[in-house]
Amino acid sequence: MINLAGRDILHASGKFVFTGVGLGLLIGVTLTMAGVYRGMVADGRALLDNSGAELWVVQKETLGPYAEPSSLNDDIYRGIRAMPGVSEAANVTYLTMQIRKGQQDVRTMVVGIASGAAGTPGWPPYLVAGRQITRSHYEAVADMATGFVVGDRLRLRRNLYTVVGLTRRMVSSGGDPMVFIPLRDAQEAQFLKDNDAILQSRRRSAENPAFNRAGVPGLLDAVVASQDRNPYVNAVLVRLTPGYSPSVAATAIRRWKRLNVYTRSQMEGILVDKLIAMASRQIGMFLVILAIVSAAIVAFIIYTLTLGKIREIAVLKLIGTRNSTISGMILQQAVGLGVIGFVIGKIAATFWAPMFPKYVLLEPRDSVMGFVAVVMICVLASLIAIYAALKVDPAEAIGG
Amino acid sequence: MKRLPLQRRTLALLAIIVPLLALFVFVAMRSGPLAPVTVTVATVGERSIAPGLFGVGVVEARYTYKIGPTVAGRVKRLMVDVGDRVRAGQVMGEMDPVDLDDRLHAQDATLERAGAGLREAEVQLLYAQTQARRYEQLLVARSTSEEVVGARQQELQVFAARRTAAAEDLARARADRAALLALKGNLRLVAPVDGLVAARDADPGSTVVAGQAVVELIDPQSLWINVRFDQSSAQGLHAGLPAQVVLRSRAGQGLASHVFRVEPRADAVTEETLARVVFDARPAPLPPVGELAEVTVTLPALAALPVIPNAAVQRVDGKTGVWLLVKGSQRYAPVTLGAADLDGDVQVRQGLRAGDRVVVYSARTLTAGSRITIVDRIPGAPR
Repeated sequence: MINLAGRDILHASGKFVFTGVGLGLLIGVTLTMAGVYRGMVADGRALLDNSGAELWVVQKETLGPYAEPSSLNDDIYRGIRAMPGVSEAANVTYLTMQIRKGQQDVRTMVVGIASGAAGTPGWPPYLVAGRQITRSHYEAVADMATGFVVGDRLRLRRNLYTVVGLTRRMVSSGGDPMVFIPLRDAQEAQFLKDNDAILQSRRRSAENPAFNRAGVPGLLDAVVASQDRNPYVNAVLVRLTPGYSPSVAATAIRRWKRLNVYTRSQMEGILVDKLIAMASRQIGMFLVILAIVSAAIVAFIIYTLTLGKIREIAVLKLIGTRNSTISGMILQQAVGLGVIGFVIGKIAATFWAPMFPKYVLLEPRDSVMGFVAVVMICVLASLIAIYAALKVDPAEAIGG
Repeated sequence: MKRLPLQRRTLALLAIIVPLLALFVFVAMRSGPLAPVTVTVATVGERSIAPGLFGVGVVEARYTYKIGPTVAGRVKRLMVDVGDRVRAGQVMGEMDPVDLDDRLHAQDATLERAGAGLREAEVQLLYAQTQARRYEQLLVARSTSEEVVGARQQELQVFAARRTAAAEDLARARADRAALLALKGNLRLVAPVDGLVAARDADPGSTVVAGQAVVELIDPQSLWINVRFDQSSAQGLHAGLPAQVVLRSRAGQGLASHVFRVEPRADAVTEETLARVVFDARPAPLPPVGELAEVTVTLPALAALPVIPNAAVQRVDGKTGVWLLVKGSQRYAPVTLGAADLDGDVQVRQGLRAGDRVVVYSARTLTAGSRITIVDRIPGAPR
C-alpha cells in the first residue's frame, strides 16, 4: 500500500517544507520565551550558587542583601564564626554600579569579597581566564559579559583596578554581570563620595560650632576622620560544617545574634517570589498568550493546507478511497508538519538564544513539553481538517 | 523511468530532513544543561615560587615637630612659610608678649624694692645690735634694770629675723624675674632640628592655646611609608625584606625600599598588620606626606614543590581541592595548599604530584558527573 501522506508531501515538498520552516520559527519564538523565563529564574539561582553560601546573615528585619538593602558592622562575622555548626563566615558587599568601558558604560554588580583564598564564600567558584585575586587591593575579577579582558584597567570611584581574571555566568538577579573586588576597596567604593562632596562635608563639619571649638584643637580632625570610615558590609555568607542542619544553625544565629538569617531555600523563595516575581509573571503572561497564538496559527495552517487539497480529496473519495485512509493522510501530514516545525524551532532557538543580552535557558524538560504540546495541537487541528475533508461531496471533483 | 523523478524528489527531501535531524540531535546534546563542560587543563609543575605581600600605605614623616607656645597667647610674627627649609636653632616666629615687658618692669621695681627692704633691715639690725650691747654694759654698771636689757635683746632677735625675711624676699623677686625672662625666651618659636615647614596652622594675630601647634616641621630625611597589610596575607612579613614602592603619582615606577619594622601592634578593627617601609634612596622630588603608595614585599624564594594556578583551586563539600584528570574524566582530589605568590601560583603540599593534570578553567561549575571537553581556551574568553 502506498503512503498517501508521503506521496502528497513529495508532491508538494517545497510548500510543505516552507510551511514547516515558518511554523518552526514560530515555535522557536515560543521556546525562546520559555527560555527567557527560565533564564530569569536561573540567574537568581546562579547568584545564590556562586556566592557559595549556605546561610545568609543580614540586618535584622530586612530581606537583604539581594531584595532589600542590608547593612551590618564588618566585625559581626567574628561572632558568627564562633556559632555552633558554622565552618566559614565571610563578609560580602553588593553594589550595582555603572563602570565606564571606553566610550560607554557597563552596568555591573560590584561584589566585595573577603580576603582569603579561592573557595572563600563569595569568591567566584570558577574562572575562564586569568587568575583569582591575590592582592588585597586594586585587583578585579570580571564576568565575561562585561566585555573586559585580562589586563584591562577599570575605574571604580577614584581607584583603578586591574582585571586579573574572567569568569562566566556570574550575574546579579537582574542579570547584571558581576565584578569582584577586595572587600576593603568595595566598602570604600560603596561609601566614598566624590572629592567635592567630601570637601563640602568637611566644610560643613568645620562650620558646625560643636565640632570646631577654639579651645579643643584636634577635635575637628577627629570628627572628619570619623566621617571617612565605612565599617559596614551587606551580608555575612556562612558555610556550615558538613552534616549540620542549616535551620538549626540559622535559629541559633537568629536567637543569639538578633539578626536575620536565611537558608538557601528561603533565599531562593525571596529571589523568585519577591525580587523577580513581577518581571517573571510579565514574561509568563506573554508566554501563555504566545503559546495560545502559536497553537491557533498551527491549527489554521493545517486546516487551510487541507482545504487547499479539497479537490484532490474529493477525487480520492470519488474513486472510493476509504475514509480512514483520508483521515490518516491528514493526520500524518499534520503531525509531520508539527515535528518538522518543532525540530526547526528548537534549532533556531538554540542558535539565537546566546545572542540575547540576558541569559536564556532552554531546558530539555521545556523542549519535551513543547514537543508534546505541538503534537497535541497538530492532532487537534487535524481533527477539524478531517471533519471538513470527510464532509466534502465527491461530486465536487467533477463540478466547480 | 517513471520512478526516477519520484526518487529524485525523495532524495531532495531526504537531503533536507536528514541534516536537519542530525543538527537537531547535535543541538540537543551540545547545548543547555546536557552539553559537556568545556575545560582547560594544566600540568602540575614542580618549581620554586617567591611569595609576595601586597599592601597600601601612606607616606609619612618619621619625625614630626609641632612647634607652639607653652602658654596661651597671640602670634606676633611668623617668618617661615610652608615649604621653607629651616636650620636647627633658627627663630621661626614670635608670640606677642602682650604685658610681659611691663610685668618684667614691675618685677625690676619689685627687685629694687626688695633690695631696699634688705638694706633697711640690715640698718635696723645693726642699730639693735649696738643698743643691745650698750644696755648690757649699763646692766653691768647697775645703771639699768634687767627688764630693759631683756627688751633690747628681744628687739635684736626680731630685727635679725626681719633681715632674713628681707633677704628671702629679694631672692624670690630675683627668681620671679628669671621666670619672666624664661617666659620671654619661650615666646620665640625656635626650630629644634634642620627640617622642612610642613604646615603653618596659625597666622600672626591669631590666638592659640597652650600646646597648640603654630608651625609643623618634618624631617625630610626621615620619610617612610606606613603600610597596611591584610592580616590573612601578611605571613612571613619581617624587618629587612626588600620591597617595591609605587607612589600613586608615579604609577609604573617602582622605588626600591625595604621593610624597616613591623609594628608590634596591629589594627584590630581593620584586621590589618602595620609595617614601616623606608626608601633605599631618597626619591628625587620628595613625595608629599600623605600620598598613597602601593607596596609589594618580596619574600625569599621557597623550595620547589608542585605548583598549580590558583584558578584551579575549588571548594567542594567543605574541602579545598582540584579537579584531577584521570583517563579523560575528572575526579575531585582534596589538596593541602602551601604558600602562594602574587602571580596566582599556589604550592601544593599534599595531594598532587608533578605531572598530574588538573582542570584550570571551566565554563561552568564542574561536578563529578559532568561530561567534559578539553580545549585550549574556553570559547568566548578573550586571551
